[in-house]
Amino acid sequence: MTRSVGVLALQGCVEPHFDLIRQVGARAAAVRTEEDLENVDALILPGGESTTMLRLMKYTNLPEAIKEFATRSPIWGICAGAILLASVVENPEQESFSLMPIRASRNAYGSQSFSFKAHVESPWDGSSKCVDFIRAPKLSAESSEVQQLVSYHSEGVLFQQGHILASAFHTELGTDPWLHEYLLSLVSY
Amino acid sequence: MDINVGLANMLCNGVIMDVVNVEQALIAEKAGAVSVMALERVPSDIRRDGGVARMSDPQMIEEIKAAVSIPVMAKVRIGHIAEAQILEAIGIDFIDESEVLTPADPAKHINKKLFKTPFVCGACDLGEALRRINEGAALIRTKGEAGTGNVIEAVRHLTKINAQLAELKGMPVDELQEKAMEYRVPLELIQQVANEGKLPVPNFAAGGVATPADAALVRQLGAETVFVGSGIFKSENPQKVAEAIVEASTHFDKPEVLLKVSRGLGKAMDGIEIGTLDESQKLSGRGW
Repeated sequence: MTRSVGVLALQGCVEPHFDLIRQVGARAAAVRTEEDLENVDALILPGGESTTMLRLMKYTNLPEAIKEFATRSPIWGICAGAILLASVVENPEQESFSLMPIRASRNAYGSQSFSFKAHVESPWDGSSKCVDFIRAPKLSAESSEVQQLVSYHSEGVLFQQGHILASAFHTELGTDPWLHEYLLSLVSY
Repeated sequence: MDINVGLANMLCNGVIMDVVNVEQALIAEKAGAVSVMALERVPSDIRRDGGVARMSDPQMIEEIKAAVSIPVMAKVRIGHIAEAQILEAIGIDFIDESEVLTPADPAKHINKKLFKTPFVCGACDLGEALRRINEGAALIRTKGEAGTGNVIEAVRHLTKINAQLAELKGMPVDELQEKAMEYRVPLELIQQVANEGKLPVPNFAAGGVATPADAALVRQLGAETVFVGSGIFKSENPQKVAEAIVEASTHFDKPEVLLKVSRGLGKAMDGIEIGTLDESQKLSGRGW
């Protein structure tokens, strides 16, 4: 059966994920409501502005629905999406779903002139992957249960706990679906 | 993809709001703006005051930058490389080389490839969009008549660019070569656009958007995000209008949401019929 990977499509970088999701053999879906969420097997919380996404979810049941979804299905938060997943958000403090015990410091690298491309090492095959840090947060584990999968300059940039993933960087601006493939592998069969 | 086009992608499906002080910037951020454009006067005031409109005071831009966590943009005059250098020194997130300010160069736009900071530029048609992209723009927006509260020009530009993109599809190489000459851009860029069927950078709408319905209209025509200038802080109820336009940009294809957010917003900004402007008052003719 074809699996379906949803991308939270309230604000941010949504469309570039769709091709990569299809490349790994899944169906891509935009998620804007609770009902949309019922029809997907994994969810991506994309990059964008976390303040805007929180504002758009404020008077909806989506936060509760996403928390419930997380108890059984994989979620990958990217940049702003990782901020939404974090248990602690600083610079400035901000509410979040607290789905992973990590600390997210917003815009920790500075303004856009400090955004950069970098090569990181895949934790599975050691290959070099080109990724994008765009006004990125710095993430750090708040619990020993969180596994650091990728580091860059000795700081964690990709974390996993159970079937929840959080990355400070983007892969959807390139053409390699390595993390989309990994997210799909976390769907329980 | 270029890292600056990457930031433009992060701003998609949102609303960018003009603000003239820290108080307005905070209202915009709280209402859900993805970015704010810091400027001394909103376009409707620039239009009213006349005279030469220049880059805003850097101190005012820095105050706004310090007050919000979302990206901050600011405008420079067309071709004014020194104003752009000043904004880059501030660490601004995006520079708008804007026809709303008085042009500084009669023939050329800024060579944006010489800057690390991303640029957004206006375009009335595909040729103008591609010239700006070829100069290094990371984001294109329409050149709707700023400060009029009249969306017709933004709609005209979006529709025209869509039609011109469709025209390139499947066009033989000799005709693409002619298009490259007509648009004054390299053939390689035209071929890329013809193959992909879309611009290589995001395409936003700007100019004349005054209501949630206006935002939904330009989004339905393919604009990936909406700039709102005078429409918010020249309305009777800025906070409420700002929140409503943010909802409308996300749920642009859901009439029931548009209905809900459009109710009871109070008086919108005063509008100007484009036909009453003489040619010298039209800003979209600025730029080459």
